[in-house]
Amino acid sequence: MTTTADSSIDNAPSEDTPLVVGGHTLQSRMIVGTGRYDTMTQMRDSLNESGADCVTVAVRRERLYDRSGQNILDFIDLDRYTLLPNTAGCYNAIDAVRAARLGREILKTLGNPGADWVKLEVLGDSKTLLPDPVQTVEACRELAADGFQVLCYTSDCPVTAKRLKEAGAASVMPAGSPIGSGQGLLNKNNLRIILDYLKEGDPDYPVIIDAGVGTASDVSEAFELGADGVLLNTAIAHARDPVRMARAMKYATLAGRDAFLAGRIPKRLYGTASSPAEGMISTRPYGASNAE
Amino acid sequence: MIRITVNGRNVELNESMTVEQMLDRVEVPPNYLAVEVNAEVVPREEYTAHVIQNGDQIELVTLVGGG
Repeated sequence: MTTTADSSIDNAPSEDTPLVVGGHTLQSRMIVGTGRYDTMTQMRDSLNESGADCVTVAVRRERLYDRSGQNILDFIDLDRYTLLPNTAGCYNAIDAVRAARLGREILKTLGNPGADWVKLEVLGDSKTLLPDPVQTVEACRELAADGFQVLCYTSDCPVTAKRLKEAGAASVMPAGSPIGSGQGLLNKNNLRIILDYLKEGDPDYPVIIDAGVGTASDVSEAFELGADGVLLNTAIAHARDPVRMARAMKYATLAGRDAFLAGRIPKRLYGTASSPAEGMISTRPYGASNAE
Repeated sequence: MIRITVNGRNVELNESMTVEQMLDRVEVPPNYLAVEVNAEVVPREEYTAHVIQNGDQIELVTLVGGG
């Protein structure tokens, strides 16, 4: 499927394909979180500016109204956004599976198409928020068997990424760096290896960089590496001006993806002139060595 | 007297009730909620038939902001 070319910068690059994850087709390759905003209206405006059509949410014990008497579901247009419930904060497979099933039940009731998928996150360490690979694989396998399309948050370990794909993950989502750290992509070599391994013989398999984004260039870099999508939250929500940062992220997504599709030039040690060699008024012959 | 836990808190009920009757007591839109009894999700279509038992551990959850 090919999107229609459009002169507007707000639209997807021409002749690009949408991001397909399991049975879901997303027009924006950026998925954004809904947490950590100062206010619900700031969140709503940031989501709007980001251009995303998929947003993540968390499942928590009922405290339906926050201190200002507002509920997040009153600030998210359910006809516009596909919700992606997460299992954030779970530290074992049992809790993660329970959270996923509860999220599914709410989304089914809301009639939102996100009812059949989940962002699986099983943490192994409360300080780094790095995932527990064993529990994540176990939960992924169980949720996939239960009919979920599982988008798996994981570290940048290529072997774990392979195991998650084998366990039935609809998408593997390696972290660029720890959640909320804003450190960007710390191990690009590992991310390249993950992309290489997971797409071998399966080029359309979606790999989404999830977590660690600090600013717009991190997003572009992820796409330039070949990532199919980027998932981020704090980099927008905790920016000094979240709405403006949401817009920056949107353009970074388009720029990075376009750069990947366009194909970067190889890096060379020495310079190559952009201007013609002929017709110079210089007395120094073109191509003369530095010694001449 | 029926003793249950709801979201980790001990609650005493004078009489037996269904999940639907329990949700009637919560001042929140029921479509924002999911219910789990003893670690198993109660599907919405079973709210009227599912009777809460003594000792049940109940979780009432909703969606909040998250990444």
